[in-house]
Amino acid sequence: MSTTTAPAPRRTAPALPRKGSAPAPRRTAWTPTLLLLLGAVYCLVPVVWVVTAATKSRQELFTTFTYAPGSGFWDNLTELSSYRGGVYWQWMANSALYAGAGALLSAAVSGVTGYALAKYRFRGRSAVFNVLLAGVLMPPITLAVPQYLLMSKAGLADSYWSVLLPSILSPYGIYLSRIYAEAAIPDEVVEAARVDGAREWRLFRSVALPMMVPGLVTVFLFQFVAIWNNFLLPYIMLGDDHKFPVTVGLYSLLQQGANEPALYTLVITGALLSILPLIALFLGMQRYWRVDLLSGAVKS
Amino acid sequence: MASPPPAARARRRRGSLAPYGFLGPATVLFTLFFALPIGFAVYLSLRAVKVKGLGLGSHARTEVWAGLSNYTSALADPELLSGSGRVLLYGALLVPTMLGAALFFALLLDVPRVRFGAFSRLVIFLPYAVPGIVASTLWGFLYLPQVSPGYYLLTQAGMSGPDLLHGNGLYLAMANIAVWGGTGFNMIVIYTSLRALPAELYEAARLDGCSELQIALRIKIPLVAPSLVLTFFFSMIATLQVFAEPMTIKPLTNSMSSTWSPLMKVYRDAFVQGNIYSAAATSVVIAAATLLLSFGFLKLVNKRANGGS
Repeated sequence: MSTTTAPAPRRTAPALPRKGSAPAPRRTAWTPTLLLLLGAVYCLVPVVWVVTAATKSRQELFTTFTYAPGSGFWDNLTELSSYRGGVYWQWMANSALYAGAGALLSAAVSGVTGYALAKYRFRGRSAVFNVLLAGVLMPPITLAVPQYLLMSKAGLADSYWSVLLPSILSPYGIYLSRIYAEAAIPDEVVEAARVDGAREWRLFRSVALPMMVPGLVTVFLFQFVAIWNNFLLPYIMLGDDHKFPVTVGLYSLLQQGANEPALYTLVITGALLSILPLIALFLGMQRYWRVDLLSGAVKS
Repeated sequence: MASPPPAARARRRRGSLAPYGFLGPATVLFTLFFALPIGFAVYLSLRAVKVKGLGLGSHARTEVWAGLSNYTSALADPELLSGSGRVLLYGALLVPTMLGAALFFALLLDVPRVRFGAFSRLVIFLPYAVPGIVASTLWGFLYLPQVSPGYYLLTQAGMSGPDLLHGNGLYLAMANIAVWGGTGFNMIVIYTSLRALPAELYEAARLDGCSELQIALRIKIPLVAPSLVLTFFFSMIATLQVFAEPMTIKPLTNSMSSTWSPLMKVYRDAFVQGNIYSAAATSVVIAAATLLLSFGFLKLVNKRANGGS
């Protein structure tokens, strides 16, 4: 995949000295640097804790100093893996399925919708866009309760479909795709292809879509995180814990931990493992986190 | 829909129906998973179960029209009002702190000659990848006096720490989780709009001897105001919809009721008490209040923008 067809992402570039400020001495600005590092330390407080706490045995968890490493990581890991026949790994696989398939479909639907809204003038265009965006404002529970009841009527409650299907349509994704299509696909290119006799669908498939790929990767990533982190929808839809995503699974474990504190070490180890895939996705695909799309700061 | 006049139809290019085709999948999904559930929620909110006699037998419980009675009882329920009050207080702590920190860090990242900027930016953004459930679990443990390093240090110094899991401390505890989770994302949104400003804007100011602080206050902040409005708007909506975090903290404290936030109340009414009709009415009230607040806010912003220019 290449970003050559898109405006270069500015935010991944290191903070270059501004042009024209060359005469200024090249001293480090220490106060801002230290304040930023302080912010980074605050953000790492719980992350470093979960890493050390996952190494603590049951006895060490509440007795040793917060950040002192313990001796029980492998025990915690094997205990978590064998908990109820390895249901934790089932939760992780479910999360990957919900987030992966959901985000892929979401990027596809957002792409085709955003393209239509950006590149065609047609009756009802702004009405469609506004109605879709108003979807963002709907409290998730106002949707989830009737969605659950309707899914029950359709015999789909407590199934994979009940979590996957409502996650596909993403107003944010459509908004991002529209902005990206407007910036990345020149009207002249579309017109030229049309003169060459390309049909509209083929025009989208072979001309517009390749130009939209970097933007759609961003939509995929945002939607992947949104679905992976979602709690309310799967919590309401699912009853069978073999279909739980990892958020709902960890929550159920934490609930039991209130009566059975022995489970706390499992909750902590599970929490650590559950954030690793997203952190990896983050670090691995940094240049695709085009948050600038959100603020509409794309320049064509 | 009226058909276009003949002249327009003649000018219509091939493919003028294509956009409607492209919108097909989104329309189907929107109808099934947004419009239909919302309509069903409104329908349910106007219904109720009537129990005949002793409520025994298969036909003893029937669904009937209830008019607006679910709405009057939802609005009269003191728990909805106090839940909204709690969420507003929580939001009043959270939103200014989070956006203030986000703006502060974004401005610091934009200062020339900052070191480790890429590292700090990434680490401050990292909590965005942590689900609310996990973030609340981690902080929840760190709020326990046996675990928290803060309490440890305070005890060593001979002081006692605040109780974050009971009484008013709970608001701080909840707001901190959201500040931790949301600052980085908003920082990136603001930072990217700062980076999109042309550097020439500052050069004259720098040549005139303006300090970086003056440039930030007088030039940068006014120019990124649209991003601040956007982040404020989305933070406000997210605050009203808080659910996963209080649900996670609840087992750790007896100060958190099962109706702490309005969404939790809807959940309890629907699935713990089994009254989907009253839950539907409450959820419609919450949706209407959200829409009203949002449009009011957008109107206010537009008025300001037009009045200012």
